Amino acid sequence: MIPATFDYSAPSTLDEALKLLNEIGDEAKILAGGHSLIPMMKLRFAEPEHLIDLANVPGLAYVRFEDGQLKIGAMTREVDTEESAEVTERFPIFKDVAKLIADPQVRNFGTIGGNLAHGDAANDQPAVMIALGANLEITGLEGKRTVSIDEFFYGFYATAVQEGEILTEIGIPVPSGKYGNAYHKIERKVGDYATGGVAVHIELDDDGTCTKAGIGLTNVNPVPLRAERSEQALVGTKVDAEAIANAAQYASEDCNPSDDLRGDADYKRRVIKSLTKKMILKSLERANA
Amino acid sequence: MGHSMKRKEDDRFVHGKGKYVDDVKLPGMLYMDIVRSPYAYAKIKNIDASEALKIPGVLAVVTGKDLEQYNLHWMPTLMSDTQMVLPTDTVMYQAQEVAAIIATEKYIARDAREAVRVEYEVMKPVVDPYKALDEDAPVLRTDKEDKKDNHIWHWEVGQKEETEKVFNEAEVVVKEQMHIPRIHVSSIETCGCVADYNKIDNHLTMYMTTQAPHAIRTVIALVAGHVGLTEEKVRVISPDIGGGFGGKVPVYPGYVIAIAASFLIGKPVKWIEDRSENLQADSFARDYHITAEMAGTKDGKILATRMKVLADHGYTDAAANPSKFPTGMFSIGTGSYDYPTAFMEADAVYTNKPPGGVAYRCSFRVTEAVHAIERITDRFALEIDKDPAQVRFDNFIKKDQFPYHSPTGWEYDSGDYHAGLELAMKSVEYDKLREEQAEKRKKGELMGIGISTFTEIVGAGPSKDFDILGIKMFDSAEIRVHPTGKAIARFGTKSQGQGHETTYAQIIAEELGIPAKDIQVEEGDTDTAPYGLGTYASRSTPTAGAAAAIAARKLRDKARKLAAYLLEVSEDDLEWEPGKFSVKGAPEKSKTIQELVFAAYTNHPQGMEAGFEATHYYDPPNLTFPSGAYICVVDLDPDTFEIKVRRFVAIDDAGNIINPMVAQGQVHGGLTQGLAPAMYEELIYDEDGNILNGTLMDYLVPTAVESPSWETGHTVTPSPHHPIGAKGIGESPTVGAPPAIANAIVDALKPYGITHLDIPITPYKIFKALKDKGVLDKPIAE
Repeated sequence: MIPATFDYSAPSTLDEALKLLNEIGDEAKILAGGHSLIPMMKLRFAEPEHLIDLANVPGLAYVRFEDGQLKIGAMTREVDTEESAEVTERFPIFKDVAKLIADPQVRNFGTIGGNLAHGDAANDQPAVMIALGANLEITGLEGKRTVSIDEFFYGFYATAVQEGEILTEIGIPVPSGKYGNAYHKIERKVGDYATGGVAVHIELDDDGTCTKAGIGLTNVNPVPLRAERSEQALVGTKVDAEAIANAAQYASEDCNPSDDLRGDADYKRRVIKSLTKKMILKSLERANA
Repeated sequence: MGHSMKRKEDDRFVHGKGKYVDDVKLPGMLYMDIVRSPYAYAKIKNIDASEALKIPGVLAVVTGKDLEQYNLHWMPTLMSDTQMVLPTDTVMYQAQEVAAIIATEKYIARDAREAVRVEYEVMKPVVDPYKALDEDAPVLRTDKEDKKDNHIWHWEVGQKEETEKVFNEAEVVVKEQMHIPRIHVSSIETCGCVADYNKIDNHLTMYMTTQAPHAIRTVIALVAGHVGLTEEKVRVISPDIGGGFGGKVPVYPGYVIAIAASFLIGKPVKWIEDRSENLQADSFARDYHITAEMAGTKDGKILATRMKVLADHGYTDAAANPSKFPTGMFSIGTGSYDYPTAFMEADAVYTNKPPGGVAYRCSFRVTEAVHAIERITDRFALEIDKDPAQVRFDNFIKKDQFPYHSPTGWEYDSGDYHAGLELAMKSVEYDKLREEQAEKRKKGELMGIGISTFTEIVGAGPSKDFDILGIKMFDSAEIRVHPTGKAIARFGTKSQGQGHETTYAQIIAEELGIPAKDIQVEEGDTDTAPYGLGTYASRSTPTAGAAAAIAARKLRDKARKLAAYLLEVSEDDLEWEPGKFSVKGAPEKSKTIQELVFAAYTNHPQGMEAGFEATHYYDPPNLTFPSGAYICVVDLDPDTFEIKVRRFVAIDDAGNIINPMVAQGQVHGGLTQGLAPAMYEELIYDEDGNILNGTLMDYLVPTAVESPSWETGHTVTPSPHHPIGAKGIGESPTVGAPPAIANAIVDALKPYGITHLDIPITPYKIFKALKDKGVLDKPIAE
């Protein structure tokens, strides 16, 4: 459990970090919380030559409501959304998800930005961000650009963050009407990656008709997956039993799980179906609370 | 005795001041890392260490060929088999040691590991133990000249013909094939050592994580005596240990390589396993394939049991059993029930897996036996449609039948099984639960109740039957009371978290009247402690605890003589109460134990030996037989089959309890380690012998989050032959919990017609079983 030799820099400004990143090129890796990267390095699955630690870069860790959005700095620790009453009152899904990410030690150090930028479909935040329709701010030497969560995940450990760029902020639209959201995953034991996980966000008009739905799935596809047919099955309905059953069925059909020690594809589809139903019901309950 | 004194050792541990082997740092110390095989079965064509040796700080790369020059490349196992220290030509399991790097820093050693190039010729391994016995299976132990197959030994006990007759004539016969999975102890601290050989005085000090320091010293002398490391030249020090659970009984190759390296280089060599090495290469536990059968009457009387075991030992028999017991205490598997006929047999085989078979928090294969009998008893109850609690009541050995002679030859010392189960049922409100279950089944909800009423067999053991490498399984205590009335007591056992520093002091305090706080307990240094066989198999209280009581009684006898002398009365005129002797009828005339001890050094009578010290080597007359009645309640999610353990009531009978708080702590830990194989843990290999879950990411050790709120209680049936009536508690919960949980889950699945599932029972395994049976979406609401 000893990583290969590597160099380490801890720049004190974002600009310095970007310059360093561009200078060193693809042998450099950004170190955020390190709770995915460091274990991979200790097992020598990853052997980056240079780590650029963002810990000393100011202004990357915050949660604030601004311009109709919840803005989360990329270096915000998981614990800071978990324990922010302001965030979890309006987005209880963050309480759901944080509780399921590893253990308190990991959440005290692991960052939301790192969780997304690692590009792992087994991580939990991607599905949540898909459900919430997040936008991601990516910064390079040239400046900032924003991509939608639907354009963010490319493939296994691959995201829209290009060489020389750093993910800096996550923006989540705050709905004005009635809405609710929820996340749950089935894991073999605490700290495990999901056998399957489902994030749901729904918005309702005054009659209780669903105006918007977001459903993201964890670890049942090579990249984090939006369950589009399931979303469509809810929009325009009163989220009744039939709509929920359809949404759950579609999610189980549209995911692409692989067989592993957590279960075969059939079992995982069953898990997704069950969780989709439960999370829609929980979101509905929260929306109506 | 009977007092929940806080543990004396905890001050040290809660302040982070425990001293573990990795805390040992010696001047000039070198570090060892180990190159391991990526293949389960392969010829080693070449080991090229040239690149590794170029790395500054790398001193040596040790291979089997190097050790062969000193005849140290093989070593004996505790079961009189042989095990490679380092291979000279063939690797027999994935993660086997192939070469060792000695360097000035552990970081350098780790980098050098990557630089060693090993060329292998991969061979098709034997992974399935049943296929290992096929006629065309490759013979794995080609190092043994006369070996023509992979069969290691056959063992049997009981009445073969009578059992067969009973089975042939019985009204009801049930049978299940079970696998008790290969698991790993996964203690918090991995294994390791610092081997410190001093060339000047030809003396080896071996700091190591061992549960049995004296036995290890003897083994080192047996293995390395021929190069000059005879037993008086070897000192084994076992510092604080972060959990042993049987995994720190064996001698692992790494220890021997570290000794060899230190011996050759003349400097201390530290070797500490990392987590993956510990999990992948160190001794496994269990891995018994059992065909269990029970014969009985329609109205629920058990008539006979039959068990046939196939034991997968990996490539060598490195189990840790007493010499005469290749299956350990498996023959306790007739259980807590009274019937005259039973037959058990076992065959052991070699496969391309790591060796082991350690007694993981269990008295030598008791866990496997208990699982088989408790599961098949439930299967029998299911077959005759009778409540499993009632079947147990109808068949229990009765309180007045003790000492009870079992059909496999044991003499159970004492027990009150009816009382235990009655208390457990009352605590859990059993009848109400069954009513609730009936209601839920009508609605198609899955709820299960499982019972385990087990008998353990611990405290090995009486010298007529029990030895390890010929050394009888006594254990020892030595008490020295200083002139000021404070004492030091040393033992041949070795605590790994059991709390010996507290409980042994309490035993001595009870017998001698010196406050427990004034008694310092020491273990683990072979230069100071009396010889003993160590701590495992719940043997410390039954053996060393008994030795402590008897040594203290020897001192009390001496104190009586001193009191008689000082008070000028005859010994018969004295009365003892803990802490002092007084004259009968004249209680004002008395001497405290402290005064008497002082006199032993300052004013002892002519003819009496000065000093106040005693030693005792206790050879138990019989084993002790703790028992328990456990009830588990589970709820299953009907879609995902997630399992929620709603209640778990554990009623233990360990005889007299020394420290209830320590005992309860042991039960909590043991139950969690019983939950582990029941629902989470199993080492899984693919057909090429690759371990599929060789890290803690996939080898699922449950945590506090997975653990239910354990509800504990006890009945007290003292052991009639133990000096303080104690039986041992450390392992009962690990042994008794898995079948209670398995029985509960199988009971929950009764509407689907499921009669058995192998542990670990996971949601996915339930899904698969129902799918394979074609009942996955069968409506079950009544």
